[in-house]
Amino acid sequence: MRYVMVIDTNKCVGCSDCVVACQVENHVPMGYCRDWVVETVNGTYPSVSFEFRSERCNHCDNAPCVRTCPTGASHIIEGGIVLVTPEECIGCGACIESCPYDARYPHPEEGHVDKCTFCNHRLEKGELPACVSVCPTKCMYFGDLDDANSDVSKLLATRQHKVLAPEAGTKPRVYYLI
Amino acid sequence: MEEELFVSGRNLPHIDPNLELWGFPIAFYLFLGGLAAGILLFASTAVILEKEDKFPATARWAPLVVPLLLTVGLFALIVDLHHPLYSWQLYTTIRLESPMSWGAWVLLIVTPISYLWAFADLRILFPKLDWKFKVLYQIEDLVRKYRKVIAWILIPLCIILGIYTGILLSAFNARPLWNSAILGPLFLISGLSTAAAAIILLAKSHSESSLFSKIDIILIIIEIGLVIHLIMGYYSGTEMQVEAANILINGELSIMFFVFFILLGLIVPLVMEVFELLGTKIPVYIPAILVLIGGLIFRILMVEAGQLSRILY
Repeated sequence: MRYVMVIDTNKCVGCSDCVVACQVENHVPMGYCRDWVVETVNGTYPSVSFEFRSERCNHCDNAPCVRTCPTGASHIIEGGIVLVTPEECIGCGACIESCPYDARYPHPEEGHVDKCTFCNHRLEKGELPACVSVCPTKCMYFGDLDDANSDVSKLLATRQHKVLAPEAGTKPRVYYLI
Repeated sequence: MEEELFVSGRNLPHIDPNLELWGFPIAFYLFLGGLAAGILLFASTAVILEKEDKFPATARWAPLVVPLLLTVGLFALIVDLHHPLYSWQLYTTIRLESPMSWGAWVLLIVTPISYLWAFADLRILFPKLDWKFKVLYQIEDLVRKYRKVIAWILIPLCIILGIYTGILLSAFNARPLWNSAILGPLFLISGLSTAAAAIILLAKSHSESSLFSKIDIILIIIEIGLVIHLIMGYYSGTEMQVEAANILINGELSIMFFVFFILLGLIVPLVMEVFELLGTKIPVYIPAILVLIGGLIFRILMVEAGQLSRILY
Protein backbone atom coordinates (compact mmCIF):
# COMPACT_ATOMS: atom_id res chain seq x y z
CA MET A 1 0.00 0.00 0.00
CA ARG A 2 1.27 3.50 -0.83
CA TYR A 3 -0.83 6.48 0.15
CA VAL A 4 -0.45 9.48 -2.14
CA MET A 5 -2.20 12.78 -2.59
CA VAL A 6 -3.00 14.21 -6.02
CA ILE A 7 -3.94 17.88 -6.32
CA ASP A 8 -5.37 19.38 -9.49
CA THR A 9 -3.85 22.85 -9.79
CA ASN A 10 -6.30 23.67 -12.56
CA LYS A 11 -9.25 23.20 -10.23
CA CYS A 12 -7.78 24.80 -7.12
CA VAL A 13 -9.05 28.34 -6.47
CA GLY A 14 -6.79 29.03 -3.49
CA CYS A 15 -9.63 29.39 -0.96
CA SER A 16 -7.54 27.93 1.91
CA ASP A 17 -10.39 25.74 3.14
CA CYS A 18 -7.88 22.88 3.36
CA VAL A 19 -5.71 24.97 5.68
CA VAL A 20 -8.55 25.82 8.05
CA ALA A 21 -9.93 22.27 8.02
CA CYS A 22 -6.50 20.95 9.01
CA GLN A 23 -6.05 23.51 11.76
CA VAL A 24 -9.42 22.59 13.26
CA GLU A 25 -9.10 18.83 12.81
CA ASN A 26 -5.58 18.57 14.19
CA HIS A 27 -5.73 21.30 16.85
CA VAL A 28 -2.85 23.09 15.13
CA PRO A 29 -1.46 25.79 17.47
CA MET A 30 -2.60 29.33 16.80
CA GLY A 31 -0.66 31.01 14.00
CA TYR A 32 0.79 27.77 12.66
CA CYS A 33 -0.26 25.51 9.82
CA ARG A 34 0.44 22.01 8.58
CA ASP A 35 -0.71 22.83 5.06
CA TRP A 36 -0.74 26.10 3.19
CA VAL A 37 -1.58 27.55 -0.21
CA VAL A 38 0.97 29.15 -2.51
CA GLU A 39 0.23 31.23 -5.54
CA THR A 40 2.78 31.51 -8.32
CA VAL A 41 2.77 33.71 -11.36
CA ASN A 42 5.29 32.79 -14.06
CA GLY A 43 6.47 34.59 -17.15
CA THR A 44 6.34 38.20 -18.36
CA TYR A 45 3.17 40.06 -19.24
CA PRO A 46 1.24 39.34 -21.43
CA SER A 47 2.29 35.68 -21.54
CA VAL A 48 1.93 34.69 -17.92
CA SER A 49 0.84 31.45 -16.32
CA PHE A 50 -0.63 31.16 -12.92
CA GLU A 51 -0.93 28.38 -10.37
CA PHE A 52 -2.48 27.71 -6.97
CA ARG A 53 -0.98 24.89 -4.95
CA SER A 54 -2.07 23.48 -1.63
CA GLU A 55 1.20 22.30 -0.08
CA ARG A 56 2.05 20.11 2.91
CA CYS A 57 4.47 17.39 4.00
CA ASN A 58 5.20 15.27 0.92
CA HIS A 59 5.53 12.01 2.88
CA CYS A 60 8.64 11.30 0.82
CA ASP A 61 9.76 7.77 0.02
CA ASN A 62 13.33 8.88 0.62
CA ALA A 63 12.57 11.13 3.56
CA PRO A 64 15.59 13.17 4.71
CA CYS A 65 13.81 14.00 7.97
CA VAL A 66 13.64 10.32 8.88
CA ARG A 67 17.27 9.80 7.87
CA THR A 68 18.66 12.62 10.01
CA CYS A 69 16.46 12.13 13.09
CA PRO A 70 18.83 11.13 15.92
CA THR A 71 16.24 9.32 18.03
CA GLY A 72 14.03 7.61 15.46
CA ALA A 73 11.06 9.82 16.45
CA SER A 74 10.51 10.57 12.75
CA HIS A 75 9.51 7.31 11.13
CA ILE A 76 7.55 5.85 8.23
CA ILE A 77 4.53 3.66 8.87
CA GLU A 78 2.58 1.23 6.71
CA GLY A 79 1.28 3.10 3.70
CA GLY A 80 4.36 5.31 3.55
CA ILE A 81 3.11 7.99 5.94
CA VAL A 82 5.88 9.92 7.71
CA LEU A 83 5.02 10.52 11.37
CA VAL A 84 6.69 11.99 14.48
CA THR A 85 6.34 10.25 17.85
CA PRO A 86 6.11 13.20 20.30
CA GLU A 87 7.48 11.16 23.24
CA GLU A 88 10.63 10.30 21.28
CA CYS A 89 11.21 13.75 19.78
CA ILE A 90 13.79 15.92 21.55
CA GLY A 91 13.01 18.99 19.43
CA CYS A 92 16.55 19.26 18.06
CA GLY A 93 15.37 20.50 14.67
CA ALA A 94 17.48 18.14 12.53
CA CYS A 95 14.37 17.16 10.55
CA ILE A 96 13.32 20.79 10.11
CA GLU A 97 16.75 21.64 8.72
CA SER A 98 16.53 18.59 6.41
CA CYS A 99 13.12 19.22 4.88
CA PRO A 100 13.29 20.84 1.43
CA TYR A 101 9.59 21.73 1.72
CA ASP A 102 9.88 23.38 5.15
CA ALA A 103 6.85 21.35 6.18
CA ARG A 104 7.78 20.98 9.84
CA TYR A 105 7.82 23.32 12.81
CA PRO A 106 8.57 22.96 16.52
CA HIS A 107 5.27 22.86 18.41
CA PRO A 108 5.30 26.16 20.35
CA GLU A 109 3.69 24.71 23.49
CA GLU A 110 4.65 21.06 23.50
CA GLY A 111 8.19 21.30 22.10
CA HIS A 112 8.15 18.30 19.80
CA VAL A 113 8.20 18.70 16.03
CA ASP A 114 4.81 18.76 14.32
CA LYS A 115 3.66 18.28 10.75
CA CYS A 116 1.00 16.84 8.43
CA THR A 117 0.09 13.23 9.22
CA PHE A 118 -2.12 12.68 6.14
CA CYS A 119 -4.77 12.61 8.93
CA ASN A 120 -3.70 9.09 9.87
CA HIS A 121 -6.30 9.03 12.66
CA ARG A 122 -9.05 9.59 10.09
CA LEU A 123 -7.64 7.04 7.63
CA GLU A 124 -7.84 4.41 10.37
CA LYS A 125 -11.60 5.07 10.54
CA GLY A 126 -11.91 4.85 6.76
CA GLU A 127 -12.26 8.62 6.32
CA LEU A 128 -10.33 10.92 4.00
CA PRO A 129 -7.82 13.49 5.30
CA ALA A 130 -9.59 16.63 6.56
CA CYS A 131 -8.16 18.86 3.81
CA VAL A 132 -9.35 16.51 1.06
CA SER A 133 -12.78 16.07 2.60
CA VAL A 134 -13.62 19.78 2.68
CA CYS A 135 -12.22 20.96 -0.66
CA PRO A 136 -15.13 22.86 -2.32
CA THR A 137 -13.76 22.38 -5.84
CA LYS A 138 -12.84 18.73 -5.18
CA CYS A 139 -9.38 19.38 -6.54
CA MET A 140 -7.71 17.03 -4.04
CA TYR A 141 -7.60 13.27 -4.33
CA PHE A 142 -6.23 10.77 -1.86
CA GLY A 143 -5.69 7.04 -2.21
CA ASP A 144 -3.47 4.04 -2.69
CA LEU A 145 -1.04 4.25 -5.59
CA ASP A 146 -0.47 0.49 -5.46
CA ASP A 147 -4.14 -0.06 -6.34
CA ALA A 148 -4.39 0.41 -10.12
CA ASN A 149 -8.14 1.12 -9.86
CA SER A 150 -7.86 3.95 -7.34
CA ASP A 151 -8.66 7.52 -8.39
CA VAL A 152 -5.09 8.62 -7.76
CA SER A 153 -3.61 5.83 -9.91
CA LYS A 154 -5.97 6.61 -12.79
CA LEU A 155 -5.29 10.36 -12.61
CA LEU A 156 -1.54 9.91 -12.54
CA ALA A 157 -1.76 7.44 -15.43
CA THR A 158 -3.72 9.83 -17.64
CA ARG A 159 -2.89 13.39 -16.57
CA GLN A 160 0.30 15.36 -16.81
CA HIS A 161 1.72 15.90 -13.35
CA LYS A 162 4.70 17.12 -11.35
CA VAL A 163 6.16 16.87 -7.87
CA LEU A 164 7.91 19.63 -5.93
CA ALA A 165 11.71 19.85 -5.89
CA PRO A 166 12.37 16.46 -7.53
CA GLU A 167 16.06 17.44 -7.64
CA ALA A 168 16.20 17.06 -3.85
CA GLY A 169 15.96 13.30 -4.43
CA THR A 170 13.28 12.86 -1.82
CA LYS A 171 10.73 11.02 -4.01
CA PRO A 172 7.78 13.09 -2.78
CA ARG A 173 4.28 11.59 -2.69
CA VAL A 174 2.12 14.66 -3.19
CA TYR A 175 1.51 15.06 -6.92
CA TYR A 176 0.27 18.16 -8.73
CA LEU A 177 -1.77 17.82 -11.93
CA ILE A 178 -0.78 20.56 -14.35
CA MET B 1 13.36 37.36 -19.18
CA GLU B 2 11.06 35.03 -17.34
CA GLU B 3 9.94 36.20 -13.95
CA GLU B 4 8.26 34.38 -11.14
CA LEU B 5 6.10 35.84 -8.45
CA PHE B 6 5.55 33.64 -5.45
CA VAL B 7 2.96 34.32 -2.80
CA SER B 8 2.53 32.00 0.14
CA GLY B 9 -0.47 31.95 2.40
CA ARG B 10 1.28 30.13 5.18
CA ASN B 11 2.52 31.17 8.58
CA LEU B 12 5.30 29.15 10.17
CA PRO B 13 7.37 31.32 12.49
CA HIS B 14 10.97 30.00 12.75
CA ILE B 15 10.78 29.14 9.05
CA ASP B 16 9.21 32.04 7.12
CA PRO B 17 10.68 33.96 5.41
CA ASN B 18 13.99 32.36 6.47
CA LEU B 19 14.64 29.43 8.72
CA GLU B 20 15.51 30.73 12.18
CA LEU B 21 15.72 27.56 14.17
CA TRP B 22 19.36 27.30 15.15
CA GLY B 23 21.11 30.27 16.60
CA PHE B 24 24.22 31.11 18.58
CA PRO B 25 24.10 28.12 21.01
CA ILE B 26 24.50 25.65 18.11
CA ALA B 27 27.39 27.60 16.57
CA PHE B 28 29.01 27.96 19.99
CA TYR B 29 28.65 24.24 20.61
CA LEU B 30 30.19 23.40 17.21
CA PHE B 31 33.10 25.66 18.14
CA LEU B 32 33.59 24.16 21.61
CA GLY B 33 33.25 20.60 20.29
CA GLY B 34 35.86 21.17 17.59
CA LEU B 35 38.20 22.90 20.06
CA ALA B 36 37.84 20.09 22.62
CA ALA B 37 38.37 17.40 19.97
CA GLY B 38 41.49 19.21 18.74
CA ILE B 39 42.99 19.61 22.23
CA LEU B 40 42.43 15.95 23.10
CA LEU B 41 43.85 14.87 19.76
CA PHE B 42 47.06 16.84 20.41
CA ALA B 43 47.19 15.62 24.01
CA SER B 44 46.76 11.99 22.97
CA THR B 45 49.48 12.33 20.37
CA ALA B 46 51.83 13.83 22.97
CA VAL B 47 51.12 10.93 25.34
CA ILE B 48 51.63 8.29 22.66
CA LEU B 49 54.95 9.91 21.72
CA GLU B 50 55.82 10.09 25.46
CA LYS B 51 56.35 13.86 25.38
CA GLU B 52 54.10 14.78 28.31
CA ASP B 53 56.92 16.38 30.28
CA LYS B 54 58.36 18.21 27.31
CA PHE B 55 54.97 19.60 26.29
CA PRO B 56 53.03 20.12 29.52
CA ALA B 57 50.58 22.64 28.04
CA THR B 58 49.60 20.13 25.35
CA ALA B 59 49.36 17.01 27.48
CA ARG B 60 48.24 18.39 30.83
CA TRP B 61 47.14 22.06 30.97
CA ALA B 62 44.99 22.24 27.85
CA PRO B 63 43.10 18.98 28.61
CA LEU B 64 42.21 20.54 31.96
CA VAL B 65 39.93 22.95 30.07
CA VAL B 66 38.30 20.24 27.94
CA PRO B 67 35.73 18.98 30.48
CA LEU B 68 34.59 22.58 30.89
CA LEU B 69 34.38 23.11 27.11
CA LEU B 70 32.38 19.92 26.60
CA THR B 71 30.07 20.58 29.53
CA VAL B 72 29.33 24.14 28.42
CA GLY B 73 28.90 22.84 24.85
CA LEU B 74 26.44 20.17 25.93
CA PHE B 75 24.57 22.74 28.00
CA ALA B 76 24.35 25.00 24.92
CA LEU B 77 22.99 22.06 22.92
CA ILE B 78 20.33 21.24 25.48
CA VAL B 79 19.34 24.92 25.76
CA ASP B 80 18.65 24.85 22.04
CA LEU B 81 16.38 21.79 22.16
CA HIS B 82 12.65 22.46 22.03
CA HIS B 83 11.87 19.31 24.01
CA PRO B 84 14.89 19.15 26.36
CA LEU B 85 13.32 16.87 28.97
CA TYR B 86 13.29 14.11 26.36
CA SER B 87 16.98 14.41 25.45
CA TRP B 88 17.66 10.98 27.02
CA GLN B 89 15.84 9.57 23.99
CA LEU B 90 19.12 10.09 22.10
CA TYR B 91 20.51 7.16 24.04
CA THR B 92 17.71 4.70 23.41
CA THR B 93 18.82 4.06 19.84
CA ILE B 94 21.82 4.12 17.54
CA ARG B 95 20.94 5.74 14.24
CA LEU B 96 23.85 5.18 11.87
CA GLU B 97 22.35 7.45 9.20
CA SER B 98 22.01 10.41 11.55
CA PRO B 99 25.20 12.38 12.29
CA MET B 100 23.52 13.85 15.35
CA SER B 101 23.14 10.36 16.78
CA TRP B 102 26.84 9.68 16.14
CA GLY B 103 27.72 12.93 17.86
CA ALA B 104 25.53 12.20 20.87
CA TRP B 105 27.14 8.79 21.38
CA VAL B 106 30.70 10.02 20.84
CA LEU B 107 30.11 12.83 23.33
CA LEU B 108 28.76 10.32 25.83
CA ILE B 109 32.10 8.49 25.66
CA VAL B 110 34.50 11.43 25.23
CA THR B 111 33.07 13.66 27.99
CA PRO B 112 33.69 11.23 30.91
CA ILE B 113 37.10 10.31 29.48
CA SER B 114 37.99 14.02 29.38
CA TYR B 115 37.03 14.33 33.05
CA LEU B 116 39.18 11.30 33.98
CA TRP B 117 42.10 12.60 31.92
CA ALA B 118 42.00 16.02 33.59
CA PHE B 119 41.47 14.48 37.03
CA ALA B 120 44.51 12.19 36.77
CA ASP B 121 46.76 15.18 36.06
CA LEU B 122 45.46 17.46 38.79
CA ARG B 123 47.97 16.32 41.43
CA ILE B 124 50.85 16.60 38.97
CA LEU B 125 49.88 20.20 38.18
CA PHE B 126 48.92 21.12 41.74
CA PRO B 127 51.11 18.94 44.01
CA LYS B 128 49.52 20.27 47.20
CA LEU B 129 46.16 18.67 46.38
CA ASP B 130 45.11 15.84 48.61
CA TRP B 131 42.23 13.50 47.83
CA LYS B 132 40.35 12.59 50.95
CA PHE B 133 39.18 9.26 49.63
CA LYS B 134 41.24 6.22 48.75
CA VAL B 135 39.06 5.40 45.78
CA LEU B 136 40.08 8.67 44.12
CA TYR B 137 43.74 7.68 44.35
CA GLN B 138 42.84 4.32 42.84
CA ILE B 139 41.05 5.97 39.91
CA GLU B 140 44.03 8.28 39.45
CA ASP B 141 46.47 5.35 39.38
CA LEU B 142 44.29 3.45 36.95
CA VAL B 143 44.03 6.38 34.51
CA ARG B 144 47.77 7.07 34.71
CA LYS B 145 48.57 3.36 34.19
CA TYR B 146 46.35 3.07 31.10
CA ARG B 147 46.99 6.58 29.80
CA LYS B 148 48.39 5.35 26.49
CA VAL B 149 45.47 2.99 25.90
CA ILE B 150 43.09 5.87 26.58
CA ALA B 151 45.07 8.05 24.19
CA TRP B 152 44.75 5.45 21.42
CA ILE B 153 41.00 5.23 22.04
CA LEU B 154 40.66 9.02 22.07
CA ILE B 155 42.34 9.56 18.70
CA PRO B 156 39.61 7.99 16.50
CA LEU B 157 36.87 9.35 18.79
CA CYS B 158 38.22 12.90 18.56
CA ILE B 159 38.57 12.66 14.79
CA ILE B 160 34.91 11.59 14.62
CA LEU B 161 33.94 14.40 17.02
CA GLY B 162 35.84 17.00 14.98
CA ILE B 163 34.47 15.84 11.63
CA TYR B 164 30.96 15.36 12.95
CA THR B 165 30.61 19.04 13.79
CA GLY B 166 30.81 19.69 10.03
CA ILE B 167 29.05 16.57 8.76
CA LEU B 168 26.17 17.42 11.08
CA LEU B 169 25.41 20.40 8.85
CA SER B 170 26.18 18.77 5.51
CA ALA B 171 23.70 15.96 6.16
CA PHE B 172 20.75 18.34 5.91
CA ASN B 173 20.05 18.23 2.21
CA ALA B 174 17.48 21.03 2.25
CA ARG B 175 20.13 23.73 2.84
CA PRO B 176 22.33 24.07 -0.26
CA LEU B 177 25.08 25.96 1.60
CA TRP B 178 25.60 22.98 3.86
CA ASN B 179 25.54 20.37 1.11
CA SER B 180 29.27 20.06 0.78
CA ALA B 181 31.34 17.08 1.81
CA ILE B 182 34.24 19.48 2.44
CA LEU B 183 32.52 20.75 5.59
CA GLY B 184 33.60 17.67 7.58
CA PRO B 185 37.37 18.00 6.97
CA LEU B 186 37.11 21.81 7.09
CA PHE B 187 35.54 21.78 10.56
CA LEU B 188 38.09 19.20 11.73
CA ILE B 189 41.04 21.29 10.51
CA SER B 190 39.51 24.48 11.88
CA GLY B 191 38.98 22.74 15.25
CA LEU B 192 42.59 21.56 15.29
CA SER B 193 43.75 25.08 14.44
CA THR B 194 41.76 26.60 17.31
CA ALA B 195 43.16 23.87 19.60
CA ALA B 196 46.72 24.73 18.54
CA ALA B 197 45.92 28.37 19.30
CA ALA B 198 44.60 27.44 22.75
CA ILE B 199 47.79 25.46 23.46
CA ILE B 200 49.91 28.46 22.36
CA LEU B 201 48.01 30.58 24.91
CA LEU B 202 48.69 28.07 27.68
CA ALA B 203 52.29 27.18 26.79
CA LYS B 204 54.95 28.43 29.16
CA SER B 205 58.06 27.32 27.26
CA HIS B 206 59.10 28.93 24.01
CA SER B 207 59.84 25.55 22.41
CA GLU B 208 56.25 24.40 22.95
CA SER B 209 54.62 27.60 21.73
CA SER B 210 56.85 27.80 18.66
CA LEU B 211 56.12 24.16 17.78
CA PHE B 212 52.40 24.89 17.93
CA SER B 213 52.86 28.10 15.97
CA LYS B 214 54.39 25.95 13.21
CA ILE B 215 51.56 23.42 13.46
CA ASP B 216 49.02 26.26 13.37
CA ILE B 217 50.65 27.77 10.28
CA ILE B 218 50.28 24.44 8.45
CA LEU B 219 46.69 24.04 9.66
CA ILE B 220 45.71 27.58 8.62
CA ILE B 221 47.18 27.02 5.15
CA ILE B 222 45.21 23.76 4.80
CA GLU B 223 42.11 25.55 6.09
CA ILE B 224 42.46 28.35 3.52
CA GLY B 225 42.79 25.68 0.83
CA LEU B 226 39.66 23.91 2.03
CA VAL B 227 37.69 27.19 2.15
CA ILE B 228 38.69 27.92 -1.46
CA HIS B 229 37.64 24.38 -2.33
CA LEU B 230 34.32 24.88 -0.57
CA ILE B 231 33.56 28.09 -2.50
CA MET B 232 34.68 26.55 -5.82
CA GLY B 233 32.38 23.62 -5.12
CA TYR B 234 29.39 25.92 -4.78
CA TYR B 235 30.15 27.83 -7.95
CA SER B 236 30.45 24.63 -9.96
CA GLY B 237 27.14 23.44 -8.52
CA THR B 238 23.53 24.20 -9.27
CA GLU B 239 21.83 27.59 -9.21
CA MET B 240 20.76 26.91 -5.63
CA GLN B 241 24.36 26.44 -4.56
CA VAL B 242 25.54 29.51 -6.46
CA GLU B 243 22.86 31.56 -4.68
CA ALA B 244 23.85 30.00 -1.38
CA ALA B 245 27.53 30.87 -1.92
CA ASN B 246 26.54 34.43 -2.78
CA ILE B 247 25.17 34.88 0.74
CA LEU B 248 28.80 34.64 1.91
CA ILE B 249 30.63 36.07 -1.09
CA ASN B 250 28.39 38.79 -2.36
CA GLY B 251 25.52 39.19 0.04
CA GLU B 252 24.44 40.13 3.51
CA LEU B 253 27.13 38.15 5.33
CA SER B 254 30.06 38.88 3.03
CA ILE B 255 31.69 41.54 5.24
CA MET B 256 31.64 39.17 8.17
CA PHE B 257 32.99 36.37 5.96
CA PHE B 258 35.83 38.28 4.30
CA VAL B 259 36.85 40.71 7.04
CA PHE B 260 36.25 38.80 10.26
CA PHE B 261 36.83 35.24 9.11
CA ILE B 262 39.15 35.22 6.09
CA LEU B 263 41.22 38.29 6.96
CA LEU B 264 41.25 38.55 10.77
CA GLY B 265 40.66 34.85 11.45
CA LEU B 266 43.03 33.28 8.93
CA ILE B 267 45.34 35.58 6.96
CA VAL B 268 46.38 38.06 9.69
CA PRO B 269 47.21 35.35 12.28
CA LEU B 270 49.01 33.34 9.58
CA VAL B 271 51.20 36.31 8.64
CA MET B 272 51.82 37.17 12.30
CA GLU B 273 52.81 33.60 13.17
CA VAL B 274 55.18 33.42 10.20
CA PHE B 275 56.83 36.75 11.16
CA GLU B 276 57.04 35.66 14.77
CA LEU B 277 58.87 32.49 13.74
CA LEU B 278 61.22 34.53 11.56
CA GLY B 279 62.21 36.52 14.64
CA THR B 280 59.98 39.59 14.64
CA LYS B 281 58.83 40.48 18.14
CA ILE B 282 55.10 39.75 18.09
CA PRO B 283 53.28 38.61 21.22
CA VAL B 284 52.15 35.05 20.31
CA TYR B 285 48.85 35.44 22.07
CA ILE B 286 47.57 37.96 19.48
CA PRO B 287 47.42 35.53 16.51
CA ALA B 288 46.21 32.77 18.87
CA ILE B 289 43.27 34.86 20.06
CA LEU B 290 42.48 35.89 16.48
CA VAL B 291 42.39 32.21 15.42
CA LEU B 292 40.05 31.35 18.27
CA ILE B 293 37.67 34.23 17.50
CA GLY B 294 37.89 33.43 13.77
CA GLY B 295 36.94 29.82 14.46
CA LEU B 296 33.85 30.91 16.38
CA ILE B 297 32.86 33.46 13.72
CA PHE B 298 33.26 30.81 11.01
CA ARG B 299 30.77 28.56 12.77
CA ILE B 300 28.30 31.38 13.43
CA LEU B 301 28.52 32.27 9.73
CA MET B 302 27.98 28.73 8.50
CA VAL B 303 25.01 28.09 10.81
CA GLU B 304 23.39 31.42 9.90
CA ALA B 305 24.12 31.41 6.16
CA GLY B 306 23.08 27.77 5.80
CA GLN B 307 19.64 28.59 7.15
CA LEU B 308 19.32 31.53 4.76
CA SER B 309 19.95 29.21 1.80
CA ARG B 310 17.18 27.02 0.48
CA ILE B 311 16.10 24.74 -2.32
CA LEU B 312 14.28 26.73 -4.98
CA TYR B 313 11.13 25.30 -6.47
